Amino acid sequence: MAFLEGAVYAIGLMCLLFIIRLYYIVKTGSSSKPGAKGPVAVLVVAGSGGHTTEILRLMESLSAGYTPRHYVIAETDRMSEEKICSFESSKQNSDSESQFSICRIPRSREVLQSWSSSVLSTLHALRFSLPLVFRLRPDVVLCNGPGTCVPLCVAALLLGILGMKKVLIVYVESICRVQTLSLTGKILYPISDYFFVQWSSLRDKYPKSIFLGRIV
Amino acid sequence: MKTVFVTVGTTSFDELIESITSPETVQALTARGYERLVLQVGRGSLVPAADSCPHVTLEAYRFKDSIAEDIEQADLVISHAGAGSCLESLGAGKSLLVVVNDKLMNNHQLEMARQLHMDSHLLYCTCSTLSETLRAMDLSVLQPFFARTAQELCTFPR
Repeated sequence: MAFLEGAVYAIGLMCLLFIIRLYYIVKTGSSSKPGAKGPVAVLVVAGSGGHTTEILRLMESLSAGYTPRHYVIAETDRMSEEKICSFESSKQNSDSESQFSICRIPRSREVLQSWSSSVLSTLHALRFSLPLVFRLRPDVVLCNGPGTCVPLCVAALLLGILGMKKVLIVYVESICRVQTLSLTGKILYPISDYFFVQWSSLRDKYPKSIFLGRIV
Repeated sequence: MKTVFVTVGTTSFDELIESITSPETVQALTARGYERLVLQVGRGSLVPAADSCPHVTLEAYRFKDSIAEDIEQADLVISHAGAGSCLESLGAGKSLLVVVNDKLMNNHQLEMARQLHMDSHLLYCTCSTLSETLRAMDLSVLQPFFARTAQELCTFPR
């Protein structure tokens, strides 16, 4: 009995430590300033269709200091791969040292997929996201809403919690979202370090968010 | 030649193609000096023939890799409420009339088109009010809607 009691205490203590550490990592995120010591490695989560278009528009604004760039796409997404390659080859002309890679993980959620099965497929995607993020160890994760963001950001957060590396999570809500956040946005709002929205009505509802007008 | 470019994106929107090529609408267009009509009809079942409208030059196609060139050549873009076509047209600095497909309810992309309309970045109508809107519209009230430039963004965070 005493052994059981001890085990319960130990697990409880570990959970408490985990929560304190999580809170600390999320709170101190914005004091982390990658780039002071050279190039910034970015993990870019490209979704499909409109999400990819938006995130590539955002990538146009990034200077050559953001290198290497690792794009994550859903396994079945050929369109995004083409868009990324043509975007990167147009960039290559202006700076010769740029590097990029494309990584594939299973989809977290197909459009219109039910909630309960989304949880399962997200866990499935997490199994692939963890090794990917732990291997790449990016300085920044940049994402804008496809379901694939969730497991990747969770993996990035875990790197911070374990004290291996603080990864800045930058979330830019799609410009299509005027009054309500997307499901991904709602999930990532508490854990992202910089959370951008593109309509003032959302900034009013979500005080932590940053509103600079249209940025894509 | 003053050109109107109509785009439905990857969807099908036969009702819009039908309305825009109706004699009433074509008359409204020619009255405003538009002489050329380019239609991107997507998955719709209607691909109008080149000679189907009197007094206007007509071209129709389903898809192209990029519609940027057609937007660039247009004086007015008429689009479905899709985010991609809206942002691309406004980004090119074109006057934009969004025709809402009222048979598709609860489409979250409508939310953005509606807000852009409220902020005077585009005009907004349905197929049944299309010719009336074309006749009465005042394009000079429209405000540009550009994204922040890279330089403006890079000053953040300070």
